[in-house]
Amino acid sequence: MNIVVCLKQVPGSTSVKIDPRTNTLIRQGIENIINPFDTYALEEGVRLKEKHGGKVTVITMGPPQADVALREAISLGADEAVLLSDRAFAGADTWATAYTLSRAVARLGKYDILICGRQTIDGDTGQVGPELAEMLGVPFVAYVSRIEEIKENYLRVRRMVEEGHEVIEATLPAVITVAKEINVPRLPSLRGIMKSKSAAITTWGIKELGVDQNMVGLAGSSTQVIKVFFPQRVCQAEILTGDLAAQVDKLIDKLKGARLI
Amino acid sequence: MDYFLTEQQKTIRGLSRRIAEERILPVRAELDEKEEFPWGIVKELASADMFRVFIPEAYDGLGGGCLELCLVVEELSRICSGVAVTYAASALGCMTLMEYGTEEQKRKFLPDIASGRKLGAFAITEPTAGSDASNIKTTAEKVEGGYLLNGTKQFITNGGEAAIYTVIALTDKTRGARGASAIIVEKDTPGFTFGKKERKMGIRTSATRELVFHNCLVPETNLLGKPGLGFIQAMRLFDRSRPGIGAQAVGLAQGALEAATDYAQERVQFDQPLITMPVVQHMLADMAIQVEASRALVYAAARYVDSGARNVTEASAMAKVFASDAAMKVTVDAVQICGGSGYMRDYPVEKMMRDAKILQIYEGTNQILRNAIAVNLRKRRARTA
Repeated sequence: MNIVVCLKQVPGSTSVKIDPRTNTLIRQGIENIINPFDTYALEEGVRLKEKHGGKVTVITMGPPQADVALREAISLGADEAVLLSDRAFAGADTWATAYTLSRAVARLGKYDILICGRQTIDGDTGQVGPELAEMLGVPFVAYVSRIEEIKENYLRVRRMVEEGHEVIEATLPAVITVAKEINVPRLPSLRGIMKSKSAAITTWGIKELGVDQNMVGLAGSSTQVIKVFFPQRVCQAEILTGDLAAQVDKLIDKLKGARLI
Repeated sequence: MDYFLTEQQKTIRGLSRRIAEERILPVRAELDEKEEFPWGIVKELASADMFRVFIPEAYDGLGGGCLELCLVVEELSRICSGVAVTYAASALGCMTLMEYGTEEQKRKFLPDIASGRKLGAFAITEPTAGSDASNIKTTAEKVEGGYLLNGTKQFITNGGEAAIYTVIALTDKTRGARGASAIIVEKDTPGFTFGKKERKMGIRTSATRELVFHNCLVPETNLLGKPGLGFIQAMRLFDRSRPGIGAQAVGLAQGALEAATDYAQERVQFDQPLITMPVVQHMLADMAIQVEASRALVYAAARYVDSGARNVTEASAMAKVFASDAAMKVTVDAVQICGGSGYMRDYPVEKMMRDAKILQIYEGTNQILRNAIAVNLRKRRARTA
């Protein structure tokens, strides 16, 4: 089984600052980690490999230093790693990111399942997974909490919805995004870490992917963050007076007026 | 302090710390309270390749030595000394095999210990043979088809949980200690049973049991090295394993120092945090000095063992004695700094204090080891006089 896992390197701290001029994250001096949601995707991919054989290929798009995330993925059980790195990829929105990833997946050749985390903890959009499936023209299931069955051309998964679960069948190849309920990611092994230190990481840029540079990075992005700000907190307080029954009546009126009940 | 560890040693230490903090810390109080053997943690350690650290590469290990083992033990002990000794005892259980075993014996037993599928244990202590280790009574009589074991081993770490036991027994009881031999006994061998799990003051998650041999027949091929060398093999083993107890002490004391420092930082009395008071500062400083001096001595002894030096008795005894005495003192002081809270089981330092005491007792009491150090002093004096 050929398993592909897409992951992203994100700032490891919750106290990141935003550059007021560019509206992008200030990444200097902050330790990067694999996006926590993606660690569940990787773990599920490695478990599928252990059960059904095959290999796990991890892909990330990012600066050259993002190879650290790929090496960590190898220490956790991934077999091959591809780094998509090119100045032209910088500043990509989810669409341009998904486009670039989709071209890399196409270049990898035959795959059975592509697994992503449900969202990143920095961008928080949750869009790249579904966009990837759309661009690759394959079925997509989000918020998967269990892979119930996987066969040559068929997949049955349980996915989380607001008030319960849905069981969905899809043909393979398919793209799924996983929820953190799906597994408990393992810690790396010593042999895995040692292997990861010397592992070869394949790097592809626009030339290798054969993409037009107007389709990737900032140039290929149809959305752009123009402002990042803290919402102004507005609160109004009102103290109700009168006896208890009168206060309750007033409160009910207010709540009805605000369409809260 | 920088101990100039190699990249691989730093990797081993880093991953050990992660396992300890992420997997052991959340369950350590429960393991202690329920006196439950940490099989879940053992599995985690196994899948992280931790049991491969001390096994040669030819037998699926990573080829580390005493120092690498010490680094793992220290990090585990910083969070839970009971888990640390469970891990270390598996190494102790196969070190004689690694040193004296034949190629075939090593191939048979070591890969399973390296993978963590099986735990090891070492058994010499008996009701009549504690510090007087040569006074063992268990016999291994040579009979048709192997050795017939009879007798009882006491206080055996990993007893009942381990699958592979290195047992010191008399193959020639007329010769006393010179008739002792080291023999591998596998769990589930007919005639080999276990006593109840001992209820201990500390390191409660670890299993300590009696091993009972009653006409237990083991194949002749399980004898390690030559018959009659068992006692010497055991003494040599402890010379090489004692820095590991030192490392257990260093980790434990480090954990207690950190807990006491955290508490002193947060606890306010007389309108100021304890850590601003000179009396507390000096206690913490003395604790830190003890911990670092212990670590330096333990690492130095471990490196001396790994250098292949012939006589490491003195160095390893010093490391074990110094570090375990320090751990006892540091954990007592940690409870003192944490005061009434420290005495409560909701805080970790009372467990650390209970866990520390055994370090002055097992693998040679600190009194016996001081004897050994003094013997060396006298010998050296005699040579130079």
